[in-house]
Amino acid sequence: MAQILSEVISVRHLWAGYEGETILEDINLSVRELDFVGIIGPNGGGKTTLIKVLLGLIEPQQGAVKVFGKSVEKGRKYLGYVPQFVECDRAFPITVWDVVKMGRLGKSSPQKDNEKVTEALGQVEILNLKDKRIGELSGGQRQRVYIARALATEPKLLILDEPTASIDPQVKSNIYSLLKRLNEFMTIIIISHDIGAISSYIKTVGCLNRRFHYHQGKSINLNLLERLYQCPVDLVKFL
Amino acid sequence: MIEALQFEFMQNALVAGILVSIACGIVGTFVVINRIVFISGAIAHAAYGGIGIGYFFQFNPVLGALFFSIFSALGMGWLQRKFKERADTIIGVMWSIGMAIGIILIDLTPGYKTDLMGYLFGSILTVSKDSLGIIFVLDILIVLLAMIFYEEILAISFDETFAIIRNLPVEAIYLGLMAAVALTIVMLMQVVGLIMVIALLTIPAAISGQYVKNIKLMIIFSSFLGSIFTTIGLALSYRFNLTSGATIILVAGIAYLISLGLKPIFLKFQDNTPPPKDNLGKKN
Repeated sequence: MAQILSEVISVRHLWAGYEGETILEDINLSVRELDFVGIIGPNGGGKTTLIKVLLGLIEPQQGAVKVFGKSVEKGRKYLGYVPQFVECDRAFPITVWDVVKMGRLGKSSPQKDNEKVTEALGQVEILNLKDKRIGELSGGQRQRVYIARALATEPKLLILDEPTASIDPQVKSNIYSLLKRLNEFMTIIIISHDIGAISSYIKTVGCLNRRFHYHQGKSINLNLLERLYQCPVDLVKFL
Repeated sequence: MIEALQFEFMQNALVAGILVSIACGIVGTFVVINRIVFISGAIAHAAYGGIGIGYFFQFNPVLGALFFSIFSALGMGWLQRKFKERADTIIGVMWSIGMAIGIILIDLTPGYKTDLMGYLFGSILTVSKDSLGIIFVLDILIVLLAMIFYEEILAISFDETFAIIRNLPVEAIYLGLMAAVALTIVMLMQVVGLIMVIALLTIPAAISGQYVKNIKLMIIFSSFLGSIFTTIGLALSYRFNLTSGATIILVAGIAYLISLGLKPIFLKFQDNTPPPKDNLGKKN
């Protein structure tokens, strides 16, 4: 009997946005276990808004969102969230270890906490940096710290918001191969405007420009991109 | 100068300085890392409204300041969270309204107001045994709260979004921090006065923040610095017959300027280790 992978994210007829402005219109999305979804689209197309809805940071205007079959507030504890690395105060006095340990909040067992933090740091290969102050790290290293913090929460689904924005290409591909390894046992949703970089890692691609164009499989064709960006697109530039 | 220590008021002043420095080290650290210095200054000034209420209704002005500042801290904290960047104007207005209420109520109160200046500019030399007791209890309260909620406060200070997703009670913790700021301000009021509270609250933390690796060390180092500043300030004010609150603030302020100057030298010393490189995961 073929195993049917269960649905981890379900979005039905979602309308969302900010005060008086609707950004997402009638979005339907279904993510199954162990998928690796890349969501691409132009700036202002609503990528970050969609993530905020999934994390329960903003309320939908209409529609239903389920995370692991539960309401967003209950289901989001299974989500590991990796923010854009620009959101960091470099002057904040805190060590890498303490940042990753935040992922263990609400799980009370000091012994296991230390184990999981060590394991998460090992997975992203920065255990040697654990006593460094976060402000001393480079962009790529800090990105790994955030991934480790998300992993320390023992998530079933990892959501990454532009994880490689302004990181140099070598580090970028390191982070993508790390994600590919994690995908063996974890569902991943990644947001990016960098179509070229993610296309060889993802299994499913969704294009978001207020409306959503979902593609099982990762064939990104010219036609789709032009519809999405609403202007002629030079594919060679991206792929 | 040592002979000054035989006076009870001097002993009380010293102990008061050290006790408030502990609360200051804890709360000041969170004020600095959360960048809520402005709102803390507003709470401090608005507390004058409470002093006025105390005078007018004939009860202890310190109690008036305590309740009024907790009330305004919660109000301002709520506004800050609701309106984010746009909140600063209305917080600035509340700051002035609080002070104005205080001034008008004191105008309306008949009789000579003896220790009014003490609340504005501090009166560490007149801190009584009773006040010391109150300061001690508030200190214990703040230390306990900080120990119990350390991880949570740290998490919302560093990355609020992440704290929300982990289902932490972010609002409650933030408002709790605001209330702790109000308590600390009322304690500090007696040492340096409402007008200068904000300097003693933030300077020790601002200095330590430049040199430490984590928040626990920042708290300990700030408390230590605060004690040093109040003690030195007290000694100088005794020796040269100066206003104690202002002397303490000047000592702290000068130390802050020196620390800013020393920062580049300190960094140079640390830079023996090569700068971080992104060569992780590149396996040869």
